[in-house]
Amino acid sequence: MNFTHLREKNKMNTETLKDYILEIADNSLILGQRFGELCGHGPSLETDIALTNMSLDLFGQVRSYYQYIAQLSEEEKTEDDIAFLRLERDYKNVLLVEQPNTDFGYVITRQYFFDVFHLMLMQQLQYSKDETLSAIAKKGIKEVSYHKRFSGDWLKRLGDGTKESHERVQKAVNDLWPYTNELFEMTEAATAATEAGVGVDAGQLKEPYYKEVSELLKEATLEVPESKYFHKGGKQGVHTEHMGYILSDMQFMQRTYPGMKW
Amino acid sequence: MTETQTHINPKLLDILKSVPDPEIPVLTIVDLGVVREAAILEDGTVEVKITPTYSGCPAMDVIGDDIVTAFAKAGMKAKVKLVLSPAWSTDMISEEGRAALEKYGIAAPLDATADKEVLLGNKKLVKCPQCCSKNTELVSQFGSTACKAQFKCNDCLEPFDYFKCLT
Repeated sequence: MNFTHLREKNKMNTETLKDYILEIADNSLILGQRFGELCGHGPSLETDIALTNMSLDLFGQVRSYYQYIAQLSEEEKTEDDIAFLRLERDYKNVLLVEQPNTDFGYVITRQYFFDVFHLMLMQQLQYSKDETLSAIAKKGIKEVSYHKRFSGDWLKRLGDGTKESHERVQKAVNDLWPYTNELFEMTEAATAATEAGVGVDAGQLKEPYYKEVSELLKEATLEVPESKYFHKGGKQGVHTEHMGYILSDMQFMQRTYPGMKW
Repeated sequence: MTETQTHINPKLLDILKSVPDPEIPVLTIVDLGVVREAAILEDGTVEVKITPTYSGCPAMDVIGDDIVTAFAKAGMKAKVKLVLSPAWSTDMISEEGRAALEKYGIAAPLDATADKEVLLGNKKLVKCPQCCSKNTELVSQFGSTACKAQFKCNDCLEPFDYFKCLT
């Protein structure tokens, strides 16, 4: 894709813009990788196919974002360099998406907590003054709506299912809840992007987010956690212990055989 | 609708129509609506702009290669550009395309409202491409490719794919 014509139009500092795009894109990359780990390991054929379908959607979005960053970069860079050759501290994804696939309850809860935010973000980002981000968001909305429908339906099914499914998904909800608040944290890059009309004020999504999530949890007969303690650090590149394992798995090929292609 | 309009140089149409979708070979890429523009540039090169059905559609790279090959066979040099806007929608599938889908055993997309009803399992509106019964049931919102959902027919008991509506 050729984005050079857009560069002049962008009034934002290019490095800040790149940081902001990474914040959004890295979430899709890492969650996509988590889904990819389940390929061939889903609890049933249908869910297995669904999870890998969603992984593909997320990777597709990531490619568009990274291709754009590569275009904005002075040095020679490709989407693959950005995906595979950064160090852990350079990934800006939230801690939520890197949490492990403990069981299907965790997979679904983690996804639902992210999907609700992701859809709200895309719905705002489509009005970005940056034409490329706007186009990626418009395309993404359609895909992410499907994702949320899938995770929301399953969360209800598990919560309002058997005694065991209820207990296990409630544990997932309790464990993952402290990772939700980070979604709304505004970094310097996000603030600058919002001021330039390019980014989204994530803080404004917080109230509608918790309202929507709480309503669904109640419908799923689950308790809404009351915990007021929240983890953060992902957006600054300070990750949980899981991140290193994800990256070693994901980066192995490119680091062992630099520049390899399928 | 202006968004679904394409700008394809008529001289290039036959060659483009010879390129099938790699996942659904009964459908040409023109009928699928992924070819948005095709023009002959001043230096004689053909420039084709294609748009993905879904962001991560793995068929896009293959489609790009197939377009270049098809034009090379006709003695023309072609380059392919991927465009994201306007985003592809199922409205871009031609009437011929919809008929080809049905004949191939894939139920063609309904309109947006009906699509939502069937994918939530509320209404039975999808017609089985084998026996034409509407007594069909959603198995999964995600199918063999990103653009399809899995259904089964409760009358002839055949499983089949439904092309999801995307507007």
